[in-house]
Amino acid sequence: MDGPERFEAAIAADEKIEPGDWMPEGYRQTLIRQIAQHAHSEVIGMQPEGNWITRAPTLKRKAILIAKVQDEAGHGLYLYSAAETLGVSRDELVRLLHEGKQKYSSIFNYPTLTWADIGAIGWLVDGAAITNQVALTRTSYGPYARAMVRICKEESFHQRQGYEIMLALCRGTPEQKAMAQDALDRYWWPALMMFGPHDSESVHSEQSMKWKIKRVSNDELRQQFVDATVPQAEYLGLTIPDPDLKWNPERGHYDFGEIDWDEFWRVVKGDGPMNRERMAHKLAAWENGAWVREAAVAYANKRAARSA
Amino acid sequence: MDTLTTTKPLATYVVRHADDNLVLGQRLSEYISWAPELEEDLAIANLALDHIGVAHHLYDYAAEVEDDGRDADGFAFLRDERQFTNVQLVERPNTDFAHIMARQFFVDAYQVPLWDALARSADERLAGIAAKAAKEARYHLRHSRMWVLRLGDGTEESHRRMQAAIDELWRFTGELFEADDLTDELAAAGIGVDPATLEAPWRRTVLATLAEATLDEPHETVMRTGGRRGLHTEALGHLLAEMQFLQRAYPGLEW
Repeated sequence: MDGPERFEAAIAADEKIEPGDWMPEGYRQTLIRQIAQHAHSEVIGMQPEGNWITRAPTLKRKAILIAKVQDEAGHGLYLYSAAETLGVSRDELVRLLHEGKQKYSSIFNYPTLTWADIGAIGWLVDGAAITNQVALTRTSYGPYARAMVRICKEESFHQRQGYEIMLALCRGTPEQKAMAQDALDRYWWPALMMFGPHDSESVHSEQSMKWKIKRVSNDELRQQFVDATVPQAEYLGLTIPDPDLKWNPERGHYDFGEIDWDEFWRVVKGDGPMNRERMAHKLAAWENGAWVREAAVAYANKRAARSA
Repeated sequence: MDTLTTTKPLATYVVRHADDNLVLGQRLSEYISWAPELEEDLAIANLALDHIGVAHHLYDYAAEVEDDGRDADGFAFLRDERQFTNVQLVERPNTDFAHIMARQFFVDAYQVPLWDALARSADERLAGIAAKAAKEARYHLRHSRMWVLRLGDGTEESHRRMQAAIDELWRFTGELFEADDLTDELAAAGIGVDPATLEAPWRRTVLATLAEATLDEPHETVMRTGGRRGLHTEALGHLLAEMQFLQRAYPGLEW
């Protein structure tokens, strides 16, 4: 068998494609785009949560939140490494992000205004991310699938801690419960948007499903998430901000209202509430660090020259 | 003004070290997502977690000793700046990466011998906390020392910035080695350590590293003092205002 035949056979047999294997250029490019976007999301995602590290209400909550943000930096690192197996460098990917040529998840373009937002992000945003990532543990590219297995373990801990924050608020005073409801009101629809456009509108989906990069469609994943999350909201005693949400016994799923797609595209295209601030923070950190990175290289070169 | 942390000497002593670690951990945590590289964001988060973890253990122990109904969060979130007894060094701001690493290096070079000595304390609980902290402090020192070397002996700009940070922070290091009645009492009882005994090992580490990093020992001779008595720089009040916001705005709630 030649390369293309081996590739097709491996995909058909549900075997993993590994870095040294022949693969179509489109497959490689799709994976680079998707893994890079995922890595950038982990890194940009440090900002909205980092916004509350210094104001976390107890020592325990502070430590858990730092550990979570640290995990996100770690996930960013293994995802960049997974992307590097496809022949692109991390520096190149970071440059593309900085130039606005690659994206990160739109969810991080919403602000964290109260402590409850940290709970809502853990519960809903990490919940949506896990729904997506569990499906990706079966993706056809080996390094990406293995990164997902590792990341899912940590994400489920993140989601639990988010839910625990919400639970503490909902068992607290009316003021705390109102804080939790407000966070759910603001984060519910953006969380549903994380699954992307409807399958009928999704430009990359069909080819990605054929290549088994994507194993479950956007709309199916979104439905799974809604079905899992509604009972959790009920247990908290919170109301999901969707008047059309109701159980459909015939389908065996919840029906839910239509996403505001104008808002979705507005945020994707750069005009969400925090797009400019997130990129400005990232660029400022990168530029402020330039002299440090240069010094590290200069020092390493001097050491190498001395020992030569 | 009553600046006593607690009425019990052991608790007061333990809280001093807890305050050093909490305030430093809080400063480090401000910097997460601002580091020059992703690896360094991870390292900074790790340092913050270690220092806040040690502070938490120490406050828990101080609360037990004090036995007055106050818990660890009560120490951290419900005292004002005049009741905080950390050294001023740890509250100094994150001016740039050189200042962050110089501050860390000065603290690490102090905490390695401090925790080693306290790991031999006659007080078993304190010895246990110190023994764990000593292992962490060794990693911290390896990391901060490496950055002092890289920046000191890196580029012209990094050398200038590192020297400026060392010069700026030098005057806050004298306080690390100041003895007072409390440290005398606890050192005599074999529970605490005489801070003056930590100065020689600190100087050995610091001077050897500065020399290797092609940095000069600062000429500054007038040392700042007061932290252990609740006298701080203006930087601390803002740090506490931010850290304590929720506990102050919504008193007495569970989070």
